[in-house]
Formats: sequence, C-alpha cells, structure tokens
Amino acid sequence: MQKALETLLIGLSTGSIYALMSLALVLVWRSTRVVNFAQAGQAMFSTYIGFEIASRSQIFWLGLIFAIVAGAVLGAGVDYFFMRVLFKHANSGPAAVVAPVIATLGLLGLIRSIVGLTWGGEFRAIEAPASKDGYTFGEITIPFSPLNTLIIVTVAIILIILAILFQRTNLGLALRASAYAPEIAQLAGIRTARTRTIGWAIAGGVGGVAGMLVTSYNFLTPYSLDLLLVFGFIAAVIGGLESMAGAVVGALVLGVGLTIILNYVGTSLVFIGGFAVLLLVLLIKPDGIMARGKVRRG
Amino acid sequence: MSGLVVTNLSVSHGAISALRGVDFSVELGQLAAVIGANGAGKTTLLRTLSGLKDANSGSATWKEREILGKKPEDLVRRGISHVSEGKSVIPELTVKENLVLGGIWRGDKADTARAIEEVVGLFPRLGERMEQSANTLSGGERQMLAIGRALVSRPKLLLLDEPSLGLAPIVIEQIFQTIDQLRQKLGLTVLLVEQNAMSALEIADIGVIINLGEVVATGPANELINDPALRAAYLGY
Repeated sequence: MQKALETLLIGLSTGSIYALMSLALVLVWRSTRVVNFAQAGQAMFSTYIGFEIASRSQIFWLGLIFAIVAGAVLGAGVDYFFMRVLFKHANSGPAAVVAPVIATLGLLGLIRSIVGLTWGGEFRAIEAPASKDGYTFGEITIPFSPLNTLIIVTVAIILIILAILFQRTNLGLALRASAYAPEIAQLAGIRTARTRTIGWAIAGGVGGVAGMLVTSYNFLTPYSLDLLLVFGFIAAVIGGLESMAGAVVGALVLGVGLTIILNYVGTSLVFIGGFAVLLLVLLIKPDGIMARGKVRRG
Repeated sequence: MSGLVVTNLSVSHGAISALRGVDFSVELGQLAAVIGANGAGKTTLLRTLSGLKDANSGSATWKEREILGKKPEDLVRRGISHVSEGKSVIPELTVKENLVLGGIWRGDKADTARAIEEVVGLFPRLGERMEQSANTLSGGERQMLAIGRALVSRPKLLLLDEPSLGLAPIVIEQIFQTIDQLRQKLGLTVLLVEQNAMSALEIADIGVIINLGEVVATGPANELINDPALRAAYLGY
C-alpha cells in the first residue's frame, strides 16, 4: 500500500515535468503543424542560461525566470527567423510536409553544437531549491521529497497561468482561433503570423521551465534533456497532439505508468515501457485518450 | 465617394484561369448580388477581394484605395469583412468566443460587448446559445453566427459567400431578410455571392452575372431578373 502511494506520487512528479514538454510540443503542433524536435535544444539552451544565473546568484527561482525569458525569446526567434522563411520557400508538395520536421532536427543539432562550444560537455548541477531527501514519518523514509512537492506545485502554477491565458484572455482566444482555423481568424482581423510567433514563445518559455525542473534533480549536459523530449512527445501523442488538456493527462498517465514499471518491473524496462504505453494507446485510441467526436466543419 | 470598384480583374488557380477581365462597381450603401452557376468564379472573386487570394492583374478599390495585394487582417481594419463559404465559424469555440473574435483587433472591449448585444438583437437565437460550443449549432444558426462575427468587426463593406448554401427554404428567407435589414439599418455596402439567383436579386440593388469567369451582364437587379443572360449563365444557352 505504502509502495503504491509512493509510486503514484513519484509518478505524478515525473509526469508533471513531462507535461510541460508535452504542452510545448502540442502548442507548436497546433499552430504550425510541425513536431518541433528542436524543443529539446531550445529547452537545453534556456536551461544553460538559467543555470548561469542560478549558479551566480545562488537563487534557483531567478534562474528559472531567466530560463523562461530565454526560452520565449529563442522560441519566437526560431519561428520568426527560421520557420517563416522555411514556409515561404517550401509551401507546397512533399517538401512542405517533410522539410519543417527535418529542419527542426537540424536546428536541434545546431543548438546542441552551440551549447557544446559555449559550455562544453561537462556535467553541471544546479543547487536544488528544496531538499532531495524523502519525507520521514517516524521510522519510515519515503522516496518522495520536498523537491518533488515543489516540482508538482510549480507545474500546477504554470498550468493554471496557461489555462487562464488561453481560456480567459483575448490573446488566448486569438491563439486558439489561429490554431483551429487560421483563415477564419485572419478574416476576423487576427494577425495570425504574429499570434503564431507568440505561441512559439509561450512554448519556448514552458520548455525552459521543464529543463530547469529536470536539472533541479539531475545533471545538465548538452544531452540531458533528450529523454524529456522523447517522453514529452509520447505524452503528447497519448493526449492526441491537439489537446492541451490531453497533453497534461497523457504526461501524468505516462509518468505514473513508467514509475510503476520502474518500481515493480525493472529499471531496464522503463525506456521500452514508454514506447509500450504509446503503442497501446495508438492501438486502442489512435486519436488519443482525450478524443471525443469529430467536430463538424462548415 | 465611390464604393467598391473592380477593374479588369484577372485571377487564376495555377494554370487554370478563374476570372478574366472582371469589371463592375458598387456604390456606397448598395447591395450587389453576384450571380452565377457553380464554378463560375464567384467564390474566387470574394476571396480575391478579401485578400485571401492573389490576383494576376487588374485592380480593385474600396473608397478609392487599392485593396488587392493586402492581407485579410489589414482589410478588416479598413472596414471589409468577409463571411467565407460554408458558414465560417470555428466549431471548437463557443458562440460567444466566435463573436468576440471579430472584435479583438479593435482593442475596445466595451464596444465589442455592445456590438455583440446588437448581433443578439438581430439573431436572438444566438443569445440563448452564447456559452454553447458552435459545433452544436444548426446550419442556419451557424450562418447567423458567421454573419454576426463579421458584424462585430463593425464593417462598412460586407462580403457574403453563399449564405443560403445548405439551408432550408424558410431559413434562407430569414437570412435574406436580415441581410436586407442590415443594409438599411447600418448603411452597409454588401456584395452577396449567390447561386440562389431569384432570392438574391429580390433584395439586391444591382446584379452582376458571372459565367465561366467573365461578367456577362450587369445592371439594376429588377431588370436582370428577366435578362436572357441570367438563364444562359445557369442553363448554358
């Protein structure tokens, strides 16, 4: 019983970080129809910025804020200077489908090289903002720590801010409309290109938070966020790629699922387990766990 | 000041020519019906005028300023709102959100709220369904919502693409009455594209008959009703 509860809590903490990466991928996918593999690179770059600030100031949260800003600026820049140009030149035929995805892979490599040249490949650590030692109840110490609590709370706050932004503000309405029906949004007077760049900025900022949170209990290297990208992507697909709520639920399901495998089956099977969960969802509900009936257009 | 003036407008889809040398003009406050069979180029005409499609040559001016080559979102700011083909609402959003969308660019929340109230006055059915997803609306309600969204942008020129498409005759009549009212109440200039020639010409001031991408007749709507060109545009003789 105790082990089951621990598994659930650790799973939620892990899944909550996946949720941020998953959300970042979904935000870009919805607005641009591109699975942005460079998101791992963008998050990594932002995290290195956050690491610099956090280690100099000794304040984790200041580092987090800088990581968000760096992620947002980089995200907007990638869309404005890279994707816009790309779409202008590859806007029809098979190239239009493949080019953007390949381009994001290229960009991932590019960012990795730049980070490697700047910071080198050494393991870096950020001092965690809370203790990594598990809570102790009398004789028993559980693996769930104050840091895990803090991660869940931080993600929850970010999710609430995003929910308010998307559901309660005109900017959020413009972002949703531009994602669902760019042409109608344009006819309604929305500057869809600018709105899309804002969407990339939000995704970039959210990715920066994910990177900082992972790095709060793990080392930072130019490769340390690759697994986050993989699991974030799996979570996004589980959630149906279209839905922000789906991305979060998918990530929590994946986080708990993987922790169950880790605790009850074996550590070596975690990676495969991620793909097993993905395969299972795709076989049973290919439109994702949140899929409802199709909307009627026109 | 003149309203909408289209001069020698040609548009193509790749190698296929869709409109050739189209000329016509609509005075401010007039309702013009563009009539023609399926595939005559009516939708292409509206998409070109609202900035969704590029023209090959020619010009189109609204209040003596060129509108070709401008983006739709910029033309909205100049008072041109396009209700595109097939009930242009966003089904994933609520009715209210669809309406608010039309007002965001003005950045005046109070006036957007007033504009929405006016739309509800015009289409009370929308008022009862404000918080519902637009996906739950009937075809007629969707058309009302699409027109309502355009009105929230406070347009001066309304481009309407086949508002009667797929609707029951009684609903069509309602929609046409409303369009007629709008023109009279708000002083809108309206360009109405329709296959439903008779209903459209009944409320229109002038008519423009298009056949295979060319204007074959223009004139006062009541005269066009008996023009042989009208029959020819639909029946081919």
